[in-house]
Amino acid sequence: MSGLPILSLLTFLPLAGAVFILTVRGDDAIVARNARYVALWTTSANFLLSLYLWFNFDSSVATFQFVENVEWMPVLGLKYHMGVDGISMLFVLLTTLLSPICILASWDAIQTRVKEYMISFLILETMMVGMFCALDLMVFYIFFEGVLIPMFLIIGIWGGARRVYSAFKLFLYTLLGSVLMLLAMFAMYIDAGTTDIPALMRHSFPAGLQTWLFLAFFASFAVKVPMWPVHTWLPDAHVEAPTAGSVILAGVLLKFGGYGFLRFSLPMFPLATADFTPMIYTLSLVAVIYTSLVALAQEDMKKLIAYSSVAHMGFVTIGTFSLTVQGIEGAIYVMLSHGVVSAALFLIVGVVYDRIHSREISVYGGLVHRMPSYAMVFMFFMLASVGLPGTGGFVGEFLVLVGVFQVNTWVCALAALGVILGAAYMLYLYRRVIFGELTKDNLKKILDMSPREWAVFAPLIILTFWMGIYPSSFLDVMHVSVENLMNQVQTAQAAAAKIMVAGQ
Amino acid sequence: MKDMATTPDLIPALPELFLACIIMALLMFGVFQKGGRDEQSVTAFRYISGLSVITLLLAALLAVTVSGGRLLTFGNMFVSDSFGVFCKILVLMASAGTLIISRGYLERQNLARFEYPILVVFATLGMMMMISANDLISLYLGLEMQSLSLYVIAAFQRDDSRSTEAGLKYFVLGALASGMLLYGASLVYGFAGTTNFDVLAGMFAHTGEHGPGTGIVFGIVFVLAGLAFKISAVPFHMWTPDVYEGAPTPVTAFFAVAPKIAALALLMRVMVGPFGDLLAQWQQIIIFISIASMVLGAFAAINQRNIKRLMAYSSIGHVGYALIGLAVGNEAGIRAILIYLAIYMFMNVGTFACILTMRRGGRMVEGIDDLAGLGKSNPMLAMALTIFMFSLAGIPPLAGFFGKLYVFLAAIEAELYGLAVIGVLTSVVGAFYYLRIIRIMYFDEGDEPLDKPVEREIGIVVTLTSLVIVLFIAYPDPVVSNALIAAKSLFAG
Repeated sequence: MSGLPILSLLTFLPLAGAVFILTVRGDDAIVARNARYVALWTTSANFLLSLYLWFNFDSSVATFQFVENVEWMPVLGLKYHMGVDGISMLFVLLTTLLSPICILASWDAIQTRVKEYMISFLILETMMVGMFCALDLMVFYIFFEGVLIPMFLIIGIWGGARRVYSAFKLFLYTLLGSVLMLLAMFAMYIDAGTTDIPALMRHSFPAGLQTWLFLAFFASFAVKVPMWPVHTWLPDAHVEAPTAGSVILAGVLLKFGGYGFLRFSLPMFPLATADFTPMIYTLSLVAVIYTSLVALAQEDMKKLIAYSSVAHMGFVTIGTFSLTVQGIEGAIYVMLSHGVVSAALFLIVGVVYDRIHSREISVYGGLVHRMPSYAMVFMFFMLASVGLPGTGGFVGEFLVLVGVFQVNTWVCALAALGVILGAAYMLYLYRRVIFGELTKDNLKKILDMSPREWAVFAPLIILTFWMGIYPSSFLDVMHVSVENLMNQVQTAQAAAAKIMVAGQ
Repeated sequence: MKDMATTPDLIPALPELFLACIIMALLMFGVFQKGGRDEQSVTAFRYISGLSVITLLLAALLAVTVSGGRLLTFGNMFVSDSFGVFCKILVLMASAGTLIISRGYLERQNLARFEYPILVVFATLGMMMMISANDLISLYLGLEMQSLSLYVIAAFQRDDSRSTEAGLKYFVLGALASGMLLYGASLVYGFAGTTNFDVLAGMFAHTGEHGPGTGIVFGIVFVLAGLAFKISAVPFHMWTPDVYEGAPTPVTAFFAVAPKIAALALLMRVMVGPFGDLLAQWQQIIIFISIASMVLGAFAAINQRNIKRLMAYSSIGHVGYALIGLAVGNEAGIRAILIYLAIYMFMNVGTFACILTMRRGGRMVEGIDDLAGLGKSNPMLAMALTIFMFSLAGIPPLAGFFGKLYVFLAAIEAELYGLAVIGVLTSVVGAFYYLRIIRIMYFDEGDEPLDKPVEREIGIVVTLTSLVIVLFIAYPDPVVSNALIAAKSLFAG
């Protein structure tokens, strides 16, 4: 529509930065410094560029905007088709916002192979933005899978002690889910004759096929979300990844699954969605309650936050499959606020990890005496994670509960139990790390946050407040798209019901 | 059809004739160049090696100019069509690529004798004849010409017991396979009364409900067994790991690519051409071979310590994936195999180029663990090898993914769901051992780095192949649309 191929620019600008870093040569220290600055400037420029989307997005229509459509593999009719609607646009912004923050967060933390690290990170951003913009099945799949390559390297090279195990687990778990989805995509292509996502949304697949397609897509998205019981890769990956890796993993990669459900499973397989909703509810509730309990027992800060992520993602799937406008908007909102809040929590762990090099909860205690501003930031995000009104976390969880209450009160009640447990493990964590007497010797000289660290947290704090106090600016953007999605699903289900009645 | 008494039309066979003439001239040149002293024979090797590469590339150019329509010659025993041209270009490029990357190794190991490039080109000539065979007799002639040259170069390092063992093993088992193939061909001839592919195809087009006689089916099975040996598909794969490990590394590089492409092309031509209408008879065999190859290739590679052995199992697995396309047996399937082979060629030439740089203190090493720390000591090479490994594992956006994409798409289209599901699952298992190499390069610390200097020609080959692998996504059209034309031409005959 507009002449500027803004989505391609957003997608491939980081890649151009990566290629540029590749050509930087010379002394190790100089290369490292240049790589850092190039990465920071590229991701910052990309964020500023993505604001163009925010200001020019027309939230009154449900169609895809900023569309680009170019022939790519004419033999198969594959097109390079990009575009965003009210749902994906917000995720693009989340990605572009978190990327420069990640680069800043790894400024001092990464000291070895800086060049390769920055290249991996920029490629990762390309893949993530591309995934949210893709409007062709194959383009989507390529970005979706391509994420694995940089993520594998980031965890494997710059991770902690058990990094090899975690990197392999992440890679093979997600690959196993995705390849089944790939086959399902082929089946969709053969049934519908196109890989164009908007066209596929209008296509109605036969009911029997829908079941299989849904299961294949579920295999992939459930791993990514992650849903219980295929969530076990997440705590491992989070614990071993470097701070920025955890931030991107929690902030963006976990949203792939929820986004996939919204983009594919609901509109394309509405009949199967109705069939599988009880199963999704069950798995999500188990995730919410069980992983919250597991989080209570953790000794490792990152692992605790990882388990809390699984619990939050349980809310996302519950809201998504409630098939109410509030539920779906809530699910998207939980994803967005979790993207900001959990990213911030991992950064908070990173702050003390950079100083003490331990993630064990028992190593800390009484930090409030030496690091008052750190304690304040930590408290703010801890409460946001719990879902305190006034922060983004509250709006999302509230909407999800409202949505699901209209459909199934029991699910709502049990999910609400998860909120209480969430408060329990987060407050418990906070007490053990921040309060108490400062007795440990190595903590006695610990320094409070540096200006660079403040620069990292400031945008996240503002954003969390904004999301909590005036959610309309985000909800309005997604509202029309979500309603459109709901209409599609309900029309398809009603049509199928009619056929059933006519058949009897 | 031409009168048999007149001179046959030579135009369709122009690339082969060109190659044959030049290579005999080079053989003479080599014999006269080579003196008694070592330096002289190394110089002769260098000349002949360089000239052979140029010859191969010129032959590829000639092959392009010949393309256009389906041309028969030599009493219909030789066919030239787009399918043949596509495969010939792949084979010629693979041979040229492997010749380029082997120079340094051969000179260091005192193997720099001019017979090596000559034998490689002779084998290539045999492969081109295989690809263009339109008769069971010419098929066998091409195959033997290729095999005999390969037996010799497998044992090229005469004073090394592993190399001679590899050569002998390859020869004995290869002879057995040739015997089976001949036996099958004679059964087919006995029951059908002809060896010409076109006549056979016409004959089977009307077999109707009852299908062909049992004798023909037996014949097909034996021909298939013989060819399965050449492409090292399970259960005829036993020689592969031993020969790959024992043969000098440049020879392994050559074995892994060009003969595989040629034998698969031959298999496609035989199965789709004369026996195309008997798909129901042989489809299950191919499905079985394909599944067995994929599974064995994935699982047996996990515990390998030697990188050449690992590549042997990897190539078994890849043959399994390519065979999915043949099991489909239609145009989409053949197109998928051709795309797969083109990408496979680039990935393997590149990978072996990296393997050929593995030296420590001047000695060649081939353990996977020797790669430890390569990510630090030679980041560019490590990055290239990483690209090849991710591509071999079939991870997008690299080219290897597109090879798998077309194959699995064809399988799903033909409703071979079981085959496709097993295929993708084994590819996940396969990803594990490719990742292991990456892990060793980047995640492990090496105690002693590999020798740094990399020959210029290897650097060029690695750069070119990795660029092809990375950039395939941006401009896939040349491979994809030519593969489609080639696949169409195979069904036109």
